[in-house]
Amino acid sequence: MPCVADWLNNPFSIVQGIFAQNLPNSDWEKKVTDYFKEKLKENNATNWVPSLNDVPVHYLKPNSLVKFRCMVQDMFDPEFYMGVYETVDPNTNARVLHFGKYRDVAECGPQQEIDLNSSQTVTLERQTFYCVPVPGESAWVKEAYISASQARVSPSTSYTPSRHKRSYEEDEDMELHPSKQKEQHIGSGGDIHGCGEPKRLETEASAGHHLISPNCSPPLDLNFPLPGEKGPACLVKVYESWDSYKVNDVLEVYGILSVDPVLSIVNNEERDNSTLDPMECMDTAEEQRVHSPPASLVPRIHVILAQKLQHINPLLPACLNEEESKTFVSNFMSELSPVRAELLGFLTHAFLGDSLAAEYLILHLISTVYARRDVLPLGKFTVNLSGCPRNSIFTEHIYRIIQQLVPASYRLQMTIENMNHSRFIPHKDYTANRLVSGVLQLASNTSLVVDETQLEQGQLDTTGVHNVKALGNLITWQKVDYDFSYHQMEFPCNINVLITSEGRSLLPVWRGHLEFGESLGLVAT
Amino acid sequence: MSSPASTPSRRRGGKRGRSSNPATRESQDARSPPSQRRRPDDSASPGDLQPLPTSPPADARSPGAADALFSSPPQFRHSGTRSPFGAALSRRGSATGPSPHPAEDLVASEQSLGQKLVIWGTDVNVTACKEKFQRFLQRFIDPLAKEDEDIGLDLNEPRYMQRLEEINMVGEPFLNVNCDHLRAFDENLYRQLICYPQEVIPTFDMAANEIFFDRYPDSILEHQIQVRPYNALKTRNMRSLNPEDIDQLITISGMVIRSSQLIPEMQEAFFKCQVCAFTTRVEIDRGRIAEPSVCKHCNTTHSMALIHNRSMFSDKQMIKLQESPEDMPAGQTPHTVALFAHNDLVDKVQPGDRVNVTGIYRAVPIRVNPRVSVVKSVYKTHIDVIHYRKTDAKRLHGVDEETEQKMFTEERVEILKELSKKADIYERLSSALAPSIYEHEDIKKGILLQLFGGSRKDFTNTGRGNFRAEINILLCGDPGTSKSQLLQYVYNLVPRGQYTSGKGSSAVGLTAYVMKDPETRQLVLQTGALVLSDNGICCIDEFDKMNESTRSVLHEVMEQQTLSIAKAGIICQLNARTSILAAANPIESQWNPKKTTIENIQLPHTLLSRFDLIFLMLDPRDEAYDRRLARHLVSLYYQSEERMEEEYMDMAVLRDYIAYARCYVNPRLSEEASQALIEAYVDMRKIGSGRGMVSAYPRQLESLIRLAEAHAKVRFSEKVETIDVEEAKRLHREALKQSATDPRTGIVDISILTTGMSATARKRKEELAQALRKLIQSKGKTPALKYQQLFEDLRAQSDMAVTKEMFEEALRALADDDFLTVTGKTVRLL
Repeated sequence: MPCVADWLNNPFSIVQGIFAQNLPNSDWEKKVTDYFKEKLKENNATNWVPSLNDVPVHYLKPNSLVKFRCMVQDMFDPEFYMGVYETVDPNTNARVLHFGKYRDVAECGPQQEIDLNSSQTVTLERQTFYCVPVPGESAWVKEAYISASQARVSPSTSYTPSRHKRSYEEDEDMELHPSKQKEQHIGSGGDIHGCGEPKRLETEASAGHHLISPNCSPPLDLNFPLPGEKGPACLVKVYESWDSYKVNDVLEVYGILSVDPVLSIVNNEERDNSTLDPMECMDTAEEQRVHSPPASLVPRIHVILAQKLQHINPLLPACLNEEESKTFVSNFMSELSPVRAELLGFLTHAFLGDSLAAEYLILHLISTVYARRDVLPLGKFTVNLSGCPRNSIFTEHIYRIIQQLVPASYRLQMTIENMNHSRFIPHKDYTANRLVSGVLQLASNTSLVVDETQLEQGQLDTTGVHNVKALGNLITWQKVDYDFSYHQMEFPCNINVLITSEGRSLLPVWRGHLEFGESLGLVAT
Repeated sequence: MSSPASTPSRRRGGKRGRSSNPATRESQDARSPPSQRRRPDDSASPGDLQPLPTSPPADARSPGAADALFSSPPQFRHSGTRSPFGAALSRRGSATGPSPHPAEDLVASEQSLGQKLVIWGTDVNVTACKEKFQRFLQRFIDPLAKEDEDIGLDLNEPRYMQRLEEINMVGEPFLNVNCDHLRAFDENLYRQLICYPQEVIPTFDMAANEIFFDRYPDSILEHQIQVRPYNALKTRNMRSLNPEDIDQLITISGMVIRSSQLIPEMQEAFFKCQVCAFTTRVEIDRGRIAEPSVCKHCNTTHSMALIHNRSMFSDKQMIKLQESPEDMPAGQTPHTVALFAHNDLVDKVQPGDRVNVTGIYRAVPIRVNPRVSVVKSVYKTHIDVIHYRKTDAKRLHGVDEETEQKMFTEERVEILKELSKKADIYERLSSALAPSIYEHEDIKKGILLQLFGGSRKDFTNTGRGNFRAEINILLCGDPGTSKSQLLQYVYNLVPRGQYTSGKGSSAVGLTAYVMKDPETRQLVLQTGALVLSDNGICCIDEFDKMNESTRSVLHEVMEQQTLSIAKAGIICQLNARTSILAAANPIESQWNPKKTTIENIQLPHTLLSRFDLIFLMLDPRDEAYDRRLARHLVSLYYQSEERMEEEYMDMAVLRDYIAYARCYVNPRLSEEASQALIEAYVDMRKIGSGRGMVSAYPRQLESLIRLAEAHAKVRFSEKVETIDVEEAKRLHREALKQSATDPRTGIVDISILTTGMSATARKRKEELAQALRKLIQSKGKTPALKYQQLFEDLRAQSDMAVTKEMFEEALRALADDDFLTVTGKTVRLL
């Protein structure tokens, strides 16, 4: 398929073609997006595009088409770039028009120079988002996306895609009986945390590489909301309707990968020269580091197509309102009640025979904030499971089960140490000019399991108190007040909070306080 | 003649024009020939472009470099030569590069204007522009001028001539020009200023200086007068900046988040030959200093060394400005923009300041490496500051008013006025308030009146001080009765609301604290919630859980509306004209109907009496009520958005309505209303006096007035009428009925709130003391009595239950009368 290879591996040639054809008028940009939209619509074409989520950056060809499933963590200032520019060959005086869209560096041949005074130059605006992989994404989600991918990325000889692939039959099986699938996992997975990893050594490499960079003094903080997250962070350059995207939105972007080493040189050079040239040093070194990190660590994606994802569940069609997804839904509708019964049975089992708690958990898992009246979020359903035994692996088991059921989740261990030392609320770092992430910066519909059984006697310091307050705010109002130092900004969110505690939780749970477990000798209220 | 060559010549001409006025004409003449000669060249052949690439490599880089130079500020060099403006005459960018277009423009304008010449690439004619601006300065009288903006200016005289006079007297050579005025005077000149600030501002400078030195020839100024335009209409919001604004005059508002240290920027380098000690000066050219490679005197190569302390520098500062939180769309992070301030404007603003910045928007291409021609296809943008205006600077009435005027469009005002005419506007508004909260109509009405507030009265001149206009409300009641929700709603509704929880706030957090600024190492005052909510509402949740010392700071705030601070050598009084909306839980976590408000919430009565309205939010524990409440709650969940919108007023409309009323409506008491108030007060006093109780104090009268005023504001009425008083009375009575009813007698008794004890309780105490006195007297002449014995005797004698506390109180009362003393376990008679 030469055609596929072409638009996949060298999208620039296509853009150049369209650009050249439509030169006089400026609607070439629209034609480019239309072209790629068409291409991606073809049967399963999206699967052919390699994803930054599962293929390490160094296996991907620069300037090829890639996709990335990510959450907008921060928004940088808009950039002005040369939309169209002209190069001049000093010898022959030949003038050539180029497009600057989808590029970081204005390209020009060895014999050419860019004419910055050309009347043809068009200045345009684009927006940069700092994106991170969806925080707390469950292993099975990653797995499913990987197995669906048919991208052939093997430019390096040492690399063989030795990943575990599941057959299609198995996939279908999983779709129809999600609970069964889960059970399998729970049965087999002694250590589900590391479930995906042994099979995917190659991502290890990519994730680990930012830790060891010999000549770079401190390792670059990739600013993931959750500690211990892995995967590439990305600077996503958006060219259209960037106003419609918000912080914490989950996006799937298709775009051109840019890992031009020149970008990294910029930093080094500028850092060295900063004392020489006062004009260039309007940003601090700190800010430089954050806003133009080395491209090998934080690649750039120039977005051709982007869409907001309603969910990241690979087993469901991406958009639930379309016609085909309706048929999809109606197909498994009939099987829903047995599946639910099965899930209930399984959860009852997991709760040591407490079917009421299991029922509550199902309701909790499907709850979502669907509207807001004034300040009141409607549809939140926070559950407090009290009566959990201390120092047992029970809460961990519960979390593992939830992890298998939802696409994104995080277990927050509420130890004094954790509360006092970890960052919950994202705050703005003005020296680096970025939003430093915190645990509570999560995408919509993420499950947050707060384990209060870990709490021991001790003193909460200022951070601790703030953190508890932020958690309380999150539970009551479903919002997080991001700290902008001079003022606070309210960010509404939609996070399912499940609290496991020994006694009644110290967090303000108004609805669904559930003291669970006849089997544990406790009463349900 | 190719353009690059012509550029420098023009620069020089421009410079001369700046330094001496008579030279202007000449410089223009000097400029004209090349441009005239250009025309045939351009039309003749494209070969005219050929010299461009072959010109020295510096040329290819020139735009970048030139930009660097341009970004130096339009004015203010210590040297006073103002050379950068000369450079300004050669403009960069798509519209103005050495392309045929400007020439054509020029030709066109030449043809139309005859002899008149315009600056290359623009339609600005220096002479015409200068004359126009001089006319503006000499003639402009602001028809809309308000007295508060310019103190000491005669509004009927040309405004800016007075300003010039001021400059002569004060000696500060800056002339701030409001672009709005300019626009009113000459639309075209204004447009030129916005589009070509680089060229027009120096022309303005010239014009201003000419006038000034004509008038005051003997005046000595530090340097020439610089014109600082401000308040350009273009682009108020950082988010709307786009490539079209490059090189234009813009005004944006924002918050300073960081300012760099002072950067000395070299203006003129001083070189000395190491061999023959020959010295030379090199001026900055396009942001770079060309180091002389050969000594002109002794012809030694590479012998020139830079002597730092004889070079000339100017001040420069980099500032980061962040979008102000009001301008941000929800769910996005704020944008920032870099500012460059020069010379006088350095260190004028501090991080945290809200400012309106007027300046020229610039974009500079980023060069990957100065020695390589690869260019990053991105521009760096910044603003060269021309004028700062702090938005929170306390002018007489604050700049707020100005911005608020802009907030309401004519149509909006129409809508609001239309609304205010409706008969049921009061009910409408109160039902629009927190519609998700069920019933509590009176409480909502109370809060609504609080949002509007009374009229602000200032009697300081007559020595009677400020009267409080803000209404304070306390909600107390059972947990789970949506108190917090009401608070949260109010906090979200008002522009300057603060929300604190009594549990988590300390006295300093509410008032102000002194801290060492990490950067400047100076002691600075950080304001707390109460000060921040000046002119707004401070919502305090868990009011009862606040500790004593924290609560005590509220006394001053709630009556005097000020906050006095004396710490770390800073003694000051801050304005805290804030309304307080507090919520408290009863001490036993559930309201005890057998106790009074004071006993239930354990708040000092001094504080309670400062609340205008105290509402109880009780759980009625009634099935019918529960059913209705449940229906309401459930309906929240299933009603579609559209239906809800139909039913209730939009929050935005409500907000505008309140803001408008607060701004523009200032009702005064009418004759009938004052009579009605007097009647009401006397009535209230009368109710109690019959039974020896007091049911009203002057404080309650003041509350009534405030409430009546607020109610008049709701109607957009400039007069307080009897209906307002009636409603105020009703509301006040409702609140009293709930909070000041003596549970023992069922009678409203205001002294519960003002003295913490009901009149009946006080009477009972008195009686007990008398009974005890009689008991002791009946025991005959015994000098000492056993404490326990006496207590038991009294209990046996009394027909009501006497607690130990009551007994002790009675003993204390007798001790106060010098009847006895209590020492340990014995009671001695005196």
